[in-house]
Amino acid sequence: MWMNNLPPFAPFFIAALLVLITRGQLRNLIVLATPVLGGLHLWLDVSPGIISAVSIMQYELVLMRTDQLSLVFGYIFHIAAFIAALFALHVRDTTQTVSSLLYAGSAMGAVFAGDLITLFIFWELLAISSVPLVWARRTERAIRSGMRYLIIQVSSGMLLLAGALVHYYQTGSLAFDFIGLEGPGGWLILLAFGIKCAFPLLHTWLIDAYPEATATGTVFLSVFTTKVAVYALARGFPGTELLIYIGVVMTCFPIFYAVLENDLRRVLAYSLINQLGFMVCGIGIGTALALNGTVAHAFSHILYKALLFMSMGAVLHRAGTIKCSDLGGLYKSMPKTTVLCIIGALSISAFPLFSGFVSKSLILAAMIQEGHEYLWLALLFASAGVLHHAGIKVPFYAFFADDSGIRTREAPGNMLIAMGIAAVLCILIGSQPQLLYAILPWPVEYWPYTTTHVLSQLQLLLFAALAFVWMTKQGIHPEEVPSVYIDADWVYRKFMPGIVHTAYYSSCGVCKTVAGTFHRTLNNTINTILNSRLVRFNLAANWPTGSMVFWIAIILGFFLLADAFH
Amino acid sequence: MNQPEQKKYLFDNPRNVSLAVRGLYLVCIVLILLDFIVHRHITVEWESFPGFYALFGFLAYVTIVLTSYLLRKILQRREDYYDVDE
Repeated sequence: MWMNNLPPFAPFFIAALLVLITRGQLRNLIVLATPVLGGLHLWLDVSPGIISAVSIMQYELVLMRTDQLSLVFGYIFHIAAFIAALFALHVRDTTQTVSSLLYAGSAMGAVFAGDLITLFIFWELLAISSVPLVWARRTERAIRSGMRYLIIQVSSGMLLLAGALVHYYQTGSLAFDFIGLEGPGGWLILLAFGIKCAFPLLHTWLIDAYPEATATGTVFLSVFTTKVAVYALARGFPGTELLIYIGVVMTCFPIFYAVLENDLRRVLAYSLINQLGFMVCGIGIGTALALNGTVAHAFSHILYKALLFMSMGAVLHRAGTIKCSDLGGLYKSMPKTTVLCIIGALSISAFPLFSGFVSKSLILAAMIQEGHEYLWLALLFASAGVLHHAGIKVPFYAFFADDSGIRTREAPGNMLIAMGIAAVLCILIGSQPQLLYAILPWPVEYWPYTTTHVLSQLQLLLFAALAFVWMTKQGIHPEEVPSVYIDADWVYRKFMPGIVHTAYYSSCGVCKTVAGTFHRTLNNTINTILNSRLVRFNLAANWPTGSMVFWIAIILGFFLLADAFH
Repeated sequence: MNQPEQKKYLFDNPRNVSLAVRGLYLVCIVLILLDFIVHRHITVEWESFPGFYALFGFLAYVTIVLTSYLLRKILQRREDYYDVDE
């Protein structure tokens, strides 16, 4: 169709430009055709082993490097980009349309990047292109939350760049292959990946920003950033034992928050971290079975998590709220959305015949194979937790529970078709797993549909469901009430500002001076940046702050590189 | 919205709710009985205990909910907690 060395991000970036100058049906056509043509191109024309690079300032940026690992992520990103674009087709907001195309393109760029500098560029573009999807909600909360998101995401890029340079001094190579934890460069890069992958304590941006984004924006967000990080970890750190433990913590801690949380999209955000945990475990184990599990789980997870976020987006779109305490009984007005949401819930809970079942079990099997029996038990515990918050809580409180009296209309047609496609794919993967297994990076000898496995999984899930019924009947299932639950972001949103505030208004002279100096220094720094030549060059006046940081990073990066190659 | 509901929906009838619940009980009983009939291929020692997965699923669920209930006492704040004094 096209040249086989056309980098997959290119069509998306071109489409983003075309969207700026088109309106109406033509724009819709461009938005939908881009992922379809790009995906067909990847499937038909591009084979593993292609390398394509451009030279800038004597440095070779490897814009495209294909192998089976990057290709699988490329396929699913194209499918998800199409579904999410279809879901958002009714949105008349150029900012959102352009940024979603740039965002999807950046994810493709990162996945096919062959060297760490190219990865860094797309890593930062992912941050900058996605934040308008949060800001487009145009509420005070969303703007503040988006700013925190941007700062953390851009910092992740800074760490990646620093790590890449240290790694270069150590090894003499900037190739994006196995990195490992041999030196400080590896640790910096792991930290950068860890932020985007929502490692425990580094996860706050995700639960902060995703639920504040627009109804359609969250669907895009749920697909790309974290899965690019999973891909990067799978390439850079397979078999790093530390990741097994990090992964297990990631599967377990969010389930408690997900039980409590009142905002259903925040429940799904915690659930997203829980699912990433399974993938990180697979990377930590690092055997062919485990890594296949990670890739397969990323593939099916993108579909069912997008489906769940779409169904909640449809509820938010129609009912105007997404809080458990306000919702209930929506199956009466939105029966189709209800059924589609339940398909997503069954898939994430890993019921046999649904996609989660055939992908998660690869990771659990690898866990046992490597002799981590107690950690395997922890993953089983987390699986029961998934059934609670994503399998039961999300559909139950939105569509059933006590009737809230909200009567609305069924979701718009484009939303229903998008959810329908995702639902069909969830069932197709779940019932025909060989189709997914065939495109995994390593040969698969595993088959999930044995009598023992199906029986044990059904017992685990249905008895957990029984516990729900029993606890609800006994009245010991906690009610959902309007509130927030503090997480690690409390440290920088409440504790640290509180200290400065208290010190400034205290009677202690020293405290007052220190807090005052801190405050003045901060203001002076901001003023210096605002008055700097770079800003007068008009980069920051019309662009988000992030783009300024981004260009500084780029310039710094190239200076350092020029020095290194000197 | 305040007018009396004209249409009766599926779960407005308590009989349908209890039917669904009883269906779940029945399936659970069948699943436990199957444990004694089907020959299971054991990979982990714990699995040899009949009904291991059923018991684990039930207890895990109860543990998760009750632990969260305790955590709520520590973590819960008013809905506008972050919106004031920022």
